[in-house]
Amino acid sequence: MNSFANRFSTNTTQLHSPEEDNFSDATWGSQAGFGNIAMGVPTFSIPDVADPTSFLQLHTDDHADPNCRIKIQHGTTTLAFRFQGGVIVAVDSRATAGSYVASGTVKKVIEINPYLLGTMAGGAADCQYWETYLGMHCRLHELRNRERISVSAASKYLSNLVYSYKGMGLSMGTMICGWDKTGPAVFYVDSDGTRLKGDLFSVGSGSTFAYGVLDQGYRWDLTDAEAQELGRRSIYAAGHRDAFSGNSCNLYHVKEDGWHFIGNYDISKLHYDGPGDVPGAPEGGYGYDIRVEGLSSANPPEAAASA
Amino acid sequence: MTQRPQQHSFNPYTENGGTILAIAGADFSVIAGDTRQSEGYSIQTRYAPKVFRLTDKAVLAVNGFAADGNMFVKKVRQRLEWYRHAHSKDMPIRAIARLIQTMLYARRFFPYYVYNILGGIEEDGTGAVYSFDPVGSYEREACRAAGAAQSLMQPFLDNQIYFKNQTPAPGTSFPQHLPLNTVLSLVIDSFTGATERHIEVGDSLEMYVVLARESPSIQALQNIVGIQERTSTADGERIFVIRRDLKKD
Repeated sequence: MNSFANRFSTNTTQLHSPEEDNFSDATWGSQAGFGNIAMGVPTFSIPDVADPTSFLQLHTDDHADPNCRIKIQHGTTTLAFRFQGGVIVAVDSRATAGSYVASGTVKKVIEINPYLLGTMAGGAADCQYWETYLGMHCRLHELRNRERISVSAASKYLSNLVYSYKGMGLSMGTMICGWDKTGPAVFYVDSDGTRLKGDLFSVGSGSTFAYGVLDQGYRWDLTDAEAQELGRRSIYAAGHRDAFSGNSCNLYHVKEDGWHFIGNYDISKLHYDGPGDVPGAPEGGYGYDIRVEGLSSANPPEAAASA
Repeated sequence: MTQRPQQHSFNPYTENGGTILAIAGADFSVIAGDTRQSEGYSIQTRYAPKVFRLTDKAVLAVNGFAADGNMFVKKVRQRLEWYRHAHSKDMPIRAIARLIQTMLYARRFFPYYVYNILGGIEEDGTGAVYSFDPVGSYEREACRAAGAAQSLMQPFLDNQIYFKNQTPAPGTSFPQHLPLNTVLSLVIDSFTGATERHIEVGDSLEMYVVLARESPSIQALQNIVGIQERTSTADGERIFVIRRDLKKD
């Protein structure tokens, strides 16, 4: 473990060795942020203790100790599926720290480039940082090979990258989605090093609820409108039943010409009023109590109840 | 006596209380924080600033572990100075936001225990607020509270800024952006309220106001007592500080 940690630390024998102090001349120029790419793999400060991983766990793992100081965002529902018309990517927008809703407007779809999307589940910073980093390498691939990177190659780049940090405490469960020479493609990549090619995935605490709706409605020959509605409806189901998911649904559709943002839908609004005038959507709300109103004496319409 | 194995844990963090808040307007941004610094139930000082001017168009508020926060601000300022020497201009705020992400993430395995909120003016002249978690995930928002009283202030702001759980009167609609004087009043009310109900918040309030180039919002600052200008160059964005007392018990 320690020899492993040494690989990512500039010098563990010195007490004072944060990498920010080792600047190359290049840093003085424009490479202010990802300038460390000039040095190859980015480097990280590691605490000078016997077991850096348990140090990190002691201070950040909120399952082991809910009172630990550094809270990392958790709780999510994300899904992506492949069909005749491309790839649908749908996510919720809630971030929780313990039981507090830290944000209801998180962007869990990361726009890697105009043809590639990544989803965010697990550590928000891990996903944001490494998928942005992946975007830079996809661009370098384009410049070197004069063609776009395949979804397969991009996802393998990411999975190899996170695998090199295995055991260090990274937490991400992501779907890399896009359209390449082979057509629409979805790959599941997580921080354990798993990489799976597939037609349909859902990741996060609300994934079981999303799978319920998704599996029931999924077909390869879905129309664009039907597919978008299925994505929206599945995230609604997860937002409704999983306390750690909710607020709103962000919907993307990847087609041959790249990804398109379809819309942002408030989950409460979906429950009572539905998504409004959108192709593929039924009239009225998704909520079962809304849909069955007036169909039984136990649930009379408002007018009859007050009469 | 026999020697038995002992386990020690490395515990380099503490929590210094306090709260920070930032709100973006159409052509301005307000970044505020209280100045109390405490550890447990004892107050270490009644004046420890948590809000820092970075450039003429960017202000950074830090909350959490004060030593980490001060060191982090110092390092961000150093990188901004280098940028200024290399490019003869200030770094745009969206670039500062990305810089902060990479600086925080460089410490992914030994984090800074700091919640950052960056406020200022975007290159297109709009007010901006970026909020970060300790390891660098970030998002541009219109308003964000962080720190000890975050859970007291954020619901109030959701209601007053995003008009959550309110229905407009028939035939009317809620404004997209609030005027500067309304925002300043909301900030003061948020902090006086948090001071009443949270023991780690109080002593005094420091509000930074960043105005876009030739912003008409300057009108709202005309009659404010004790306002100080912190702008360093002419005909660009302008920065002001407003200080108010909070209860000291």
